[in-house]
Amino acid sequence: MKQFQYTIKDPLGIHARPAGLLVKAAKELDSTVTISNAAGKSAAATKLMALMGLGIKGGDTVTVAVEGGDEDAGLTAMKHFFEENL
Amino acid sequence: MQVFTGKSILNGIAIGPVRIYHKAQNDTTVNSALTAEQEWERFETAQAKAQEQLAGLYKKALAEVGEDNAAIFEVHQMMLEDEDYTDAVRDIIERQNATAEYAVSTTGENFAAMFAAMDDAYMQARAADVKDISQRLVNILSGGADSGFLGEEPVILVADDLTPSETVQLDKSKLLGFITRHGSSNSHTAILARTMNIPALIGVDFDESWDGKTAVLDGYNHCVYLEPAVELLASMEEKQNNDMKQTALLQGLKKKPNVTLDGREINVFANIGNAGDVGLVLQNDAGGIGLFRSEFLYLDAEDYPTEEAQFSIYKQVVETMAGKKVIIRTLDIGADKQAEYFGLEKEENPALGYRAIRICLTQKEIFKQQLRAILRASAYGTVSVMFPMVISVREVRDAKELLEECRAELLAEGRIAGDVEVGIMVETPAAVMMADELAEEVQFFSLGTNDLTQYTLAIDRQNPKLDAFYDPHHPAVLKMIRQTIEAGHRHGCWVGICGELGADLTLAETFLRMGVDELSVSPPAVLPLRKKIRSLDLSKEI
Repeated sequence: MKQFQYTIKDPLGIHARPAGLLVKAAKELDSTVTISNAAGKSAAATKLMALMGLGIKGGDTVTVAVEGGDEDAGLTAMKHFFEENL
Repeated sequence: MQVFTGKSILNGIAIGPVRIYHKAQNDTTVNSALTAEQEWERFETAQAKAQEQLAGLYKKALAEVGEDNAAIFEVHQMMLEDEDYTDAVRDIIERQNATAEYAVSTTGENFAAMFAAMDDAYMQARAADVKDISQRLVNILSGGADSGFLGEEPVILVADDLTPSETVQLDKSKLLGFITRHGSSNSHTAILARTMNIPALIGVDFDESWDGKTAVLDGYNHCVYLEPAVELLASMEEKQNNDMKQTALLQGLKKKPNVTLDGREINVFANIGNAGDVGLVLQNDAGGIGLFRSEFLYLDAEDYPTEEAQFSIYKQVVETMAGKKVIIRTLDIGADKQAEYFGLEKEENPALGYRAIRICLTQKEIFKQQLRAILRASAYGTVSVMFPMVISVREVRDAKELLEECRAELLAEGRIAGDVEVGIMVETPAAVMMADELAEEVQFFSLGTNDLTQYTLAIDRQNPKLDAFYDPHHPAVLKMIRQTIEAGHRHGCWVGICGELGADLTLAETFLRMGVDELSVSPPAVLPLRKKIRSLDLSKEI
């Protein structure tokens, strides 16, 4: 498993639109991506409502974990996604 | 004739027959006569149909209300595909041998409850979206109501509540206006109504007997007249005609830049006095809000408005403007316009008295509540803050210090505080004389010409005996304006005019030649001003 931490820059946090984009991006990977909030609650990146349910706000730090398949490629893709969209 | 009141979403008038809209009665029988596999297939078919509808709605909304407001339907499409949502539906179908309708509405309720319980206003509002997609699925499953619930004749639609998708689905050529019993002025539905320019009232207590009767929806006065009297009907028709003339002017100028014949472009913004005016701002295609008078929050209240109450109003305005600039002027009251709970003493000369920034800097807790609300709202769009009645550099520094103090407090509490541009009203001769020094402290100036004129000429405009001496184009005032613009530009500030003179078409050319960057006027004055600007040629010598 490979993981990285990211501090959300979008003031609204992981709101509906970027959450939807994240789901799309995560579904394209052959790895499983899990997002955890500071309180340790986590959700699969392919599940829109669970992601929104984490209640991640701007300024929060999240942990993004990539497991299985091509983990390096998954990690790079997710890092790129977060920097672009959140 | 009967009169009912509500809360207006958009200033406009609609006249026509009432049609009461009932949502499709959902068959939520629990037990299915089919196998679980067959129910699941029904669900999948409905899901595909719903996707198709939403894709269509997205396109329609994109064309009618723009990308920012249409995004909601893209989100609905994604929610519809959500694995947890579909898993929950499947689970209920299988375990309880339930109908797809029952499984969908139960799942929708559960997810809506989850969002409603979150501690974030944005997420709470998403509960309505989950309910909306569930309702859509149930409607498809029960073979019910598509978009065709409006008949041939244009009507005023009356309903308990309308979801965003119901609102955007409405055929605008058949819809004169709508009235609902529930809903908030903050909802997507309200925002869509404003953007679609449909007169609408919420919070109206109607009953079934309204169906088919003639009604006048008066958005200006927040009321609806059922079976209106002849005279009232005539006067409303006239008002509506005037609105239509304005709309005709609008159609020709909408989306056109405020640019002179020789290519100089400036911003034309609108002044508003409360959140309900935002519809007018959009209707008249202003590029932003150049003056949001925050006083109404205080004057309409029984006690100091809380930070939360202010935040939700600012946020609503900022969100509705979808990224366009919103300049909020901080509290500007004095003994002549005050709320009882402020307990301000009567003054001989309130215009020169304890008011505006002078109150704010001495009653800091009141001021800080407002600054915190503004900082929080600024995360939702583009916000500037503007301090009124400034006469010295000291005041600006003190106000900025309080603003930074509020920002630090919010961040320490784990809240978001967006970036705000800071500016001042230039409305005292002292501020004009100190414009160079003041410009070092702020990013913009906005000239409040009403007070500036009164203070410069020492003429009380309330006193009719002084009319003979009063010249709104007095060269002293125009010189003050020129000096302010020049001083601002020397220090990298942009300079606007938000007083009445800004809307004076005979001065538009003078102001443009002085180099003004922005004019902020009442919403109905935006388009006439745009027309004027587009007719000017500054390259010609005068």
